[in-house]
Parts: sequence; C-alpha cells; structure tokens
Amino acid sequence: MVGNITLGQYIPGTSILHRLDPRTKILWTTLLMVATFLIESWPEYAMMGSLIFILLLISGVPIKQSIKGIKPLLFILAITAILNIFFTGGTPMFEIGPVKVTYEGVFASVKLFLRLVMLVITASLMTITTTPMIMTDGIEKLLKPFERIGVPSHEIAMMMSIALRFIPTLLEETDRIMKAQASRGANFDTGSIFSRIKSFIPVLVPLFVSAFKRADELAEAMESRCYRGGKGRTRLREIHFSRLDFLVSIAGLALLAIVFSGRFML
Amino acid sequence: MNKMIKTDDVYYEYITHIEDDLVVQAVKGVSMSIEQGQFVVILGRNGSGKSTLARLLNGLLTPRKGTVIIDGIDTRNDELIWEVRKNLGLVLQNPDNQIVATTVEEDVAFGPENLGIPPLQIRNKVDESLKMVGMEAYSDYSPHMLSGGQKQRIAIAGILAMEPKCIVLDEATSMLDPHGRKEVMDVLKKLNREKGITIVLITHHMDEAVEADQVMVMEAGRLTLKGTPEQIFENVEEIRRAGLDVPQITSLAYNLKKSGIKIDKLPLNVQDMKNIIKGLLSRKTSIEPLHLSSTYQEEKNITQGESEPIIKVRDLSHVYLPGSTFEQRALNDINLTVNKGEILGIIGHTGSGKSTLIQHFNGILKATSGTIEVDGLKAEGKQLKELRQKVGLIFQYPEHQLFEETVYKDIIFGLTRQGMSEEEMKARVFHAIEILGISPELLEKSPFELSGGQKRRVAIAGVLVMEPKVLVLDEPTAGLDPQGSSEVFKILSNLNKQDKTTIIIISHNMEEIAAFCDRVAVMHKGSLAFCDTTANVFSRYEELKNYSLDIPKITELFMELNNSGYQTQKTVLTIEEAQKLITGMIYKEAGGVD
Repeated sequence: MVGNITLGQYIPGTSILHRLDPRTKILWTTLLMVATFLIESWPEYAMMGSLIFILLLISGVPIKQSIKGIKPLLFILAITAILNIFFTGGTPMFEIGPVKVTYEGVFASVKLFLRLVMLVITASLMTITTTPMIMTDGIEKLLKPFERIGVPSHEIAMMMSIALRFIPTLLEETDRIMKAQASRGANFDTGSIFSRIKSFIPVLVPLFVSAFKRADELAEAMESRCYRGGKGRTRLREIHFSRLDFLVSIAGLALLAIVFSGRFML
Repeated sequence: MNKMIKTDDVYYEYITHIEDDLVVQAVKGVSMSIEQGQFVVILGRNGSGKSTLARLLNGLLTPRKGTVIIDGIDTRNDELIWEVRKNLGLVLQNPDNQIVATTVEEDVAFGPENLGIPPLQIRNKVDESLKMVGMEAYSDYSPHMLSGGQKQRIAIAGILAMEPKCIVLDEATSMLDPHGRKEVMDVLKKLNREKGITIVLITHHMDEAVEADQVMVMEAGRLTLKGTPEQIFENVEEIRRAGLDVPQITSLAYNLKKSGIKIDKLPLNVQDMKNIIKGLLSRKTSIEPLHLSSTYQEEKNITQGESEPIIKVRDLSHVYLPGSTFEQRALNDINLTVNKGEILGIIGHTGSGKSTLIQHFNGILKATSGTIEVDGLKAEGKQLKELRQKVGLIFQYPEHQLFEETVYKDIIFGLTRQGMSEEEMKARVFHAIEILGISPELLEKSPFELSGGQKRRVAIAGVLVMEPKVLVLDEPTAGLDPQGSSEVFKILSNLNKQDKTTIIIISHNMEEIAAFCDRVAVMHKGSLAFCDTTANVFSRYEELKNYSLDIPKITELFMELNNSGYQTQKTVLTIEEAQKLITGMIYKEAGGVD
C-alpha cells in the first residue's frame, strides 16, 4: 500500500563525483541551486542545462534510470508550470473566453519548469553519488565549527543517518499495519478528508508504539557495541578534503563569480 | 580453563506495569560459571528472566545484589565497562532494531569505530568478519533488502569485528524461519569450534539445545536445572513444568518408558532412537509387516468426507509493482480449493508466496489475473466488504496492531464499522474471550499493559468477534514459547470443532502442521507445488527437501526404520501414533497377539 521511492537513491559507482569529498559536493550543490535561481536569459539556461547534463554524464548514472527517477515528479512540476501561464500578463498569444494566454506567460512557465527540473536533478546528483553515511559525515564536519556555540554536530549527524536507516523499515511496517487494520474492517480510501485522517489513528498509534520500542532496543544495541558519543570515534571511510576537492571547490566558486559578475556589470 | 562468565547470587528486580505497580523480581539469585570456549544454551519461557540475565552479562544492567564477573572484570567497574562489552558481545532478538547503518559494511564497522580503531584496520576487520559469517558478497547492501537470517548474521559480524571472547544471543533466532535459524546456528558452531569463542545462546527452541556443551533452564528468575543436554532432557516433567518442552523424539521415548517399555537413557535425536528401537527388537531377526491402522488417521479422514468447497482459487497470479524496475512475480497460476470445516496448512520456504497468497483470500491484495471466490462471493466491488467479514485474516505478530485505550474497544474495532448494537457487540466479545481464555477483568485495561501472550490473544479476539467462516493465520505461534504455542493450537482446534470454522494456517513448524492439519499445500517459488492430505504430503520427503522444507522428527524416524527393513506404516505424524505403532511392534515380537 506504500509505493517504492527511487528518486535520488544512492547508486554505487567509481566516478569522480563518487570520490569527491561530501563537503565539496554540498558546496557545489548549493552553488548550482543558487545559480539556478539567478539565471534569466535563454543562453544562461542553455549553459546551466549543459553543465548539469555534463555532471550527470560524469556521474556514470544511466540516463534512462535518472529519467525514470524523476518521472513521478515531472507531472507535479508540469502542473505547477502550467498554472503559471495564466497568471502572467503581457502580449496575448491567444484567448479562450476569459482565459488569456500570453507569450510572456508561456516563456515564464517553460523557464519555471526547466528550473524545477534542474533543481531536482542537482539535488539527486548529490544523493545518487553519496551514501547517506558519507553525507552525514560531511554534514557533521561542516557543522563542527559551530560546536563552540552549542551545535551538537555529531548527534545531529547520527540522528540523520539513523532516520535514513529506518525509513524503509517504518514504511514496511506502515504497510503491514494498514493491511491488518483493513482486514479488521478499517477503510482508508473513502470518506471526507476529516474521516480519512481519523482512519489513520489505528495506523499511527501502533506505528509510534513500535517506533519507541525500536528506539529503545537500538539504544541498547548501540551501547552494547561500545557507542559513547562522537568523542574518540574513528570511521571506516574517513573523508578527506583532497587537493582535487580544493580545486573543484575553487572552480565552482570562480564559475559562479564569472557568470554573475559579467551579468551585473552589463 | 579460564572462567569467561562468573555470576554469584545475582539479583535484579524491576517495577513492572503489568500488575498495578507490583515489583516483579526478574532475576533471583542466579549463580553460574561458564568456561572459555563453551557452547552454552539457556532455556526459559517468555518472561522467565532470561533477557534480563543477558543484559546483566554485558553491563547494560548491573545487579542490585551479587556480582557478575566477565573475564575477570566486575561489570560494576565503570572504567572498564567498555572492556566488558568489547569482550562479551550481545545479539538481540529483533534483527531490524540492532542495525545502525544504511549499508552492511558500515554497520559491521560501527563497533570498531566506537573503539577508535584506525580506518585501515577497521577495513580488515570488517572484511574478515563478513567472510566468517558468509556475507562478504553483501557488503554494499542496504539492510532492509536482507532476510532475517542474513540480518542476524550481520549483527553477529558487527560483534565479531570487535574481536570478542564471548557472544551472548538473546533469543536471536526466535523471529527467524527454520532456514534462517540454521544459517545462524551454523555460524555460531563454526565460531565456537574454529575461533574458540564462548557462545551463550538464550532460546526456547529445544532442538538448538541438543548440541550444546551445557544447558541451563531458567524458571521465574532462577536457574533450576544445569547439565549436559542428555542430563537436562531426562527431566521431562520438570522441563514441561517450566513451560518448555523436550525434543519430539525424547518425548516419544519418555511416553514409551512411562508405559513400561525399558529405555535406559532418553535419546535426543533420530539416530539414537532408531538404535534403541533396534535394540528392543533385536531378539528376532525377521520382522513381519505390521498392519496397525491408526485411529488417529481415521478421525482425520472423517472431515474429508463432506468436502464442500468454501474457497475456490482459479489461475491466480500476482505481480508486485508491475511495469517498474522492481517488478516481481509473486504468484503463478495458483489453483486451490479449500473445503468447508477443514484445517489447511500452507508450507513453503520464505519468499515462496505463502503470505501473498493468503492476502488474496480476503481481498487485501488484488489478483493480477485469475479469480478467487469465497462462499460464492467474488473479491471485488460491493462483495468485497461482505467477503472481508467472512474471511478473518490474522497477520504475523498481530499484537503489533493494537491501538485502542482499552482491550474492549480494541476488540470491537471491526464491529463498530458494521453498525452493530452495543448488546450484540458485548455478546460477541464475551464469546470470543471465552474461546481465547482472556479473563474479563482485562477488558478495561490498556492493551499495552498486557504480557506478550495476552496481547496476541486480544489481537486474535479482534478478528474472531467478526465471526468469520474462514480464519486465516500467518505464523500464529511465531515468537511464542512451547507452552504458548500449544495453547494457541488448542484454541484453534476448539474453534474448528465447535464453531466449524475453516482454518488456514501458515507455519514453519512442521511438527505443528503434521499434528494439526487435515491437508497441506506446499508452495515453491510462487507456484503451488502440490496439495494433499497431511500424511501424503509428508511421505514425499525427497521433494520437500528440494523445496528446503523439513519433516517432523517422528516422521523421519519411521522413514529410517522403513529404510532399514522394518516394515511399518510409512508416514507417521504424531507422537501418539508413533507410540502406538512401536508398542505394537514390541508386543508382536514378544509373541503377543496383534
């Protein structure tokens, strides 16, 4: 009853993108996303699009698979973009009754659509090439400087990775409980929104009870395996900010600077 | 030899909510000592304090009174507690709840990481440990893609990577199917033999105790019996009193002994029992064929006389996530008829499609192709609601679905959706709790305050109140101790006899299936391999073996006897039947009249 989500799931590989330090990738992802929001003209869109496409090629992920991954989202993105058509004024293209479609509206929608697709691909490029463990390691290291002002960087990272670990387990469990309650006559598919929300109580209560029990047992298991916080802990894969990472990060910052300095000067 | 574990008069008590803030002593005065390199099994029923004992051994809990010394270190020594936990690893019951990381190798690395070992060494330890448990091919896998047995082997590897001297397993096999249990047992035996790691296995599976160096029995917080498996299983009555049972073969020998047949030492396995029977019959060289018709068999055949179908499955196929990359064909052209009033067992290896099949019986899953008909109703459209009332489906671990404030409200959950009057609901609840042996005082309690066994009964009651004509159960005794299991089967048996409820049951326990079912359907890789009377199914030993299925030990014994020239009834399913036949053979040989 709960579908499988394939979008942005880690795909093992040996590409440069796989080998880069997660901090570099987090930086690049942020830069690309900022850039995607700033670009306006068609040439800029073309440049941005090709850059992301090249990165996708470098990652070694089969193009077919990445298209399949974003397929379910395309529909939502398209609707968002199409709605945009009707709320933009300008030179009319054609009119149907009270609905007026303008050239500006169509262009803006296409751009919005492309922008959203690029954002989704950029974000999934990161998650496709980085295991959740490495990613949380990167986040932990990035947060480290803020420890002095009381940010528990190790704990945040540990919580994130445990959450990621248990998402599939809890989805399976939700499915099981829903089926069991449906066998007892529960109805999840019809009725008003209010009654549908209410029908989820028999699912949520057992789900929470079991999640708490799991948390208890997991804590015992972690303690049994000598877990005592982040202090003195080593990692199977230590992340290293290599020379390559340094160069790639500088290149990213430079690229962004060049593109936009040129633009603001004009 | 070194003492690995030494406990001296250990007490630990905790306040439990089960009976209004009553102090229940979980472990009461346990003294034991386990030497380095031993394979020890601790037996005890649910709630006997064995899990508490496991937690006392690695310092998750410290004793209120007495001492626990692990490899020379007192667990109350805070400075050395990590040394204790490094030396003595603990594997817990639920495989899902002890895996921390999102990939197999990262999880195995978790312990060494906590110990601050340099990355290169961690890599070596992870690779070695995975190889030792035979999981090296899965190092990149996500834990949720593994089977239960595989997950437990990962948990063991995670402990091995810390190079322990001892591994304690707290019911680590109780949620696994026979195949998964065997995987785990094989790994443990290998570690014990080849690496000299001390193993302490806490379980209620008797067959796991047979091969131990030492067995201890726990009852209400105390160690009541200690000794070799042979010594322990001599005490049949005491073991049963502790809510446990002896292996089927031992039970047969015990019954024979009680009836006056001379057996010196109770056997634990088929070979020993065969030799005993040979010994008993040795005076005569030629053994005449025996024509003892078992009354048990006749009793079972009666129900088949009136075979009127209640469920008809025709060319049923099911495909999960069709059209996606995850597409998986779970069922292939199943044709099956279930008769009114019968008890049908469904057996098959994990992943053979058993659970998928039964979820079609009440329309929770929709057939990809083919049809299903229950008592004239189709599993679609308007008839679906009525069909769900006719077929009650009880999933594995049904206690995990309880959610209401009180037991009563939880039981009537399904009824309130039918718009039934208060009085009728009440009548039905009382009928159901009577069948299930739930005391009426529990009705106003919260279901979360009950013990595990009680919770399961309440969950079953929630389905029984719908008064289904067909009751479908997926592994109803999973995780229950022998006494709990036999109670569940008694209840089902009564329900079948008194209310004429048709029962369909999935189980991995072949002894239960053999003793309880009229017919058995064998599933293999999404297809129905065959469906026949229980005796006929278990006579096809070779085929079952190919499907990674077992037969009851009693059945195996009689096949062995047949193979060594004793001509007796080929397929024997229960202890009673076996006892009758062997007694007959002995009297016949002694010159008695048949």
